[in-house]
Amino acid sequence: MAVEVRIPTILRNLTGNQKQVQGEGDTLEALFADLETKFAGLRGRLVDDEGALRRFVNVYLNDEDVRFLGGLETKLGEGDTVTILPAVAGG
Amino acid sequence: MLTIDRATYDAIIAHARRDHPDEACGVVAGPLGSDRPARFIPMLNAARSPTFYEFDSGDLLRLYRDMDDRDEEPVVVYHSHTATEARPSRTDISYASEPNAHYVLVSTRDPEVVEFRSFRIVDATVTEEDVQVVDSYPE
Repeated sequence: MAVEVRIPTILRNLTGNQKQVQGEGDTLEALFADLETKFAGLRGRLVDDEGALRRFVNVYLNDEDVRFLGGLETKLGEGDTVTILPAVAGG
Repeated sequence: MLTIDRATYDAIIAHARRDHPDEACGVVAGPLGSDRPARFIPMLNAARSPTFYEFDSGDLLRLYRDMDDRDEEPVVVYHSHTATEARPSRTDISYASEPNAHYVLVSTRDPEVVEFRSFRIVDATVTEEDVQVVDSYPE
C-alpha cells in the first residue's frame, strides 16, 4: 500500500530535506514503522513513549485529521496522502 | 531583523485588541525565501483562552495547503499575550516549529501602550530581533 507523506519543514532534517516521501502500510501505525526504517527518528517525533500520537502534532489522512478517524489505527488505501503538520500553539 | 509594512503591523495589533481578553493568533505569509510578510491571515484561536492559543486543526491544513499552492511560507507567526509581557512563554518555545519564521508577540495588557516584539525561536533558543516598520516594501 503506497502512500504519499508530506513532511513539515521542522522534520525535513530527518528526511534528507525531502518535502514529500513515499511509505508503505495499511494503517498509520504501519506507515510510521515503515518510515522509521528509512528515516530514523521520525516516528519518535510523531508518537510518544506510550505509543499515542503526540498532542501537538497533527496528522491528516487526505483532508481529515486522523484524531477524528481511527488515530494510529486509521486504515490507509492506495494513493492516499498523509500530511504531517505541527500544531501552531502556545501560551 | 523583521521588516514589516505599516498596514500589516497595524492589522496585527488591531486583531490582538479585538480578541482581548482572549489571545489572538495568525500568520503573515510571504513568497518562499523572500523574508517579506505580505499576506495577512488572522486565524481563529480554537482554544478561545486568555492564556493559550491554538490554530484549529482543519484551518491549519487549509492554511498550509493554500500557502503551498501559492509558493508561500509563514514569514510571521503572531499571537498576543493579554496579561503579560510580549515575549515567548515557555509553552511558546516548546511548540515553536517554524525555524525560519519571525515569532511576533503583542501584549494587550495596557490598552494605551503598544508592545510589539519579534523573536526567532530555533531549537528552543530564543533571540529577540529589531522590528522595522516601513510604509511599503521596495519594488
